[in-house]
Amino acid sequence: MLKGSPERELKEFLKAVRLEFEGEGQVLYELGRKRGVVDSESKLAPAPIVECRDLVKRFDSFAAVDGISVTVNQGESFGFLGPNGAGKTSTMRMISCMSPASEGYLRVLGQDPETHGPEIRSRLGLVPQEDTLELELSLLDNLLIYGRYFDLPKKEILQRADRLLDFAQLTDRKHDKVDLLSGGMRRRLTIARALISEPDLLILDEPTTGLDPQARHLLWDRLYRLKSDGVTLIITTHYMDEAEQLCDRLVVMDHGHIVAEGAPRQLIEDHSTPEVLELRFGNVGHEEYSAGFEDLAERIEVLPDRLLLYVHDGDEVLSAVHSRGHTPERSLVRRSTLEDVFLVLTGRTLVD
Amino acid sequence: MTLGTLSTRGSSQPRIGWPTWVRAVWHNAFVYSKTWRSSIVTGLLEPFMYLVAMGVGIGSLVNKGSGGVDGVPYLNFVAPGLLAATMLQIGVSDSSFSVLGGLKWARTYFAAIATPLNYHDVLIGHLAWIAIRCSAVATAFVAVMGVFGLLASPLAILAIPAAALSALAISSPTTAIATRQDDHLSMTVVFRLGVLPMFLFAGVFFPLSRLPYWLEAIVQILPLTSGVTLCRALTLHQGLHPSLFLNIGYMLLWFGVGYYFSLTGFRKRLVI
Repeated sequence: MLKGSPERELKEFLKAVRLEFEGEGQVLYELGRKRGVVDSESKLAPAPIVECRDLVKRFDSFAAVDGISVTVNQGESFGFLGPNGAGKTSTMRMISCMSPASEGYLRVLGQDPETHGPEIRSRLGLVPQEDTLELELSLLDNLLIYGRYFDLPKKEILQRADRLLDFAQLTDRKHDKVDLLSGGMRRRLTIARALISEPDLLILDEPTTGLDPQARHLLWDRLYRLKSDGVTLIITTHYMDEAEQLCDRLVVMDHGHIVAEGAPRQLIEDHSTPEVLELRFGNVGHEEYSAGFEDLAERIEVLPDRLLLYVHDGDEVLSAVHSRGHTPERSLVRRSTLEDVFLVLTGRTLVD
Repeated sequence: MTLGTLSTRGSSQPRIGWPTWVRAVWHNAFVYSKTWRSSIVTGLLEPFMYLVAMGVGIGSLVNKGSGGVDGVPYLNFVAPGLLAATMLQIGVSDSSFSVLGGLKWARTYFAAIATPLNYHDVLIGHLAWIAIRCSAVATAFVAVMGVFGLLASPLAILAIPAAALSALAISSPTTAIATRQDDHLSMTVVFRLGVLPMFLFAGVFFPLSRLPYWLEAIVQILPLTSGVTLCRALTLHQGLHPSLFLNIGYMLLWFGVGYYFSLTGFRKRLVI
């Protein structure tokens, strides 16, 4: 026996494979073993669902995504919050392996999009910003043809389609043409379609943009159910309420950069005060008023139509404003939101 | 139902089965099977209306005046020309607005490339489906020609692949052009300036020798001219002249160049 036993050969081979494919994940794994977090008998430590470092997407000389680093873990609901043009969609296109990264390190489901695009995509569900449904076909047929892209057997697709149409609350429209559906229904169908392959990661790019409030809430409810089911979600949005509702963790993006990262509540705590006092004084320059309130608030933002006073107790500050002889046309005390975080970090509002 | 059944989370494997481009062909076939009624008039009825109007109507005048064309009755002469012209119609109509729709309007190509398919699969699926559909139409057309007694020999069956090749030689450059358009107006210009003159002058309705020398030289450049020549030679059994291989090669060249530029166009629009 020159080469040793088959078992030994297999072990050597597996070791080589692990080193070949795990790269830096291996370093973490070894570290975990030393600390006793990962026991030596267990398989490899679970890789993050998405891992990117210094990721760049460049169009000619313009960098739409300018060096972002993000890790999304299994079962997490992760958000990219930012205004239009922040680079969210470009990031989604790279993560969903539809568009190559210009620079940087990207791993999706542990694999490299550059070399394993089709394999990764076979495990992803994508809900693009614009619905890409076959309008001439029925809802059921749309699910069928999409499932066939994943090479699923017809019987299997039809079984799943029943469940998914039920989940999307579209069962009674099953045989209608997509052309006849409302925007909200099309969105829900697109989500059902993305789930037909039972993906390990569902990516939603601006899922509720353009929907009326009722349709939005219905969609949020569906996404919330997916989230509680443990489906890993990545959501981009420029609605701060959407991000607060749905995301366990998020990054705030602006001009291709990440300006903050954390849980929604944590971000608000870190970057804003508990309460915000909004004051509106007719048509006069709000700038002038702001000077008189500087000692009352931690910070003041002057918007074209109102003043935002970042304070701990809004009512208390409001009575102080009154006691100084000012009578704002309108006032509102509210809790800080992610919108305020964005304003503090960038000096601009999320939705123009 | 529990929602646990909606996702397997971590258990799925890359699926191996049909090659990805075959799935794209299947997709197009399925969509066609559901929407064919809207295209059946241009695809199948129109050529037969031309055949009757031109072959029987005008043909009777031609035959009376000069005893047919190139030694055969006008109907025999015009039928293979119309076969190639039908390939032009389908090849162009299925590669213009449908491509623009996939890229821009319904954006269904973007749905496809979010799955295991890539842009190349989408292109192959598109062209392969046109080849299949055109082969089917050509088969029906040749069968009707047989019924009319317009086929000179069993060799005429080769007119079916010849017609399919004509379709590809036209649809692949059309696709390349469509990937570089942004609205239906510029596409309409392509129709007016490219397709209509080709239909009228590529020798479908009269022998090219009737044209002035300089115009004949220009017409020879068109891909449809080779398609007409090939289909006509095969159904009239004018003998397998070696120059026919030049026609085949020339159409392959159009197909190849069109394919290359379709691919770069798809990449530019889809991968970005």
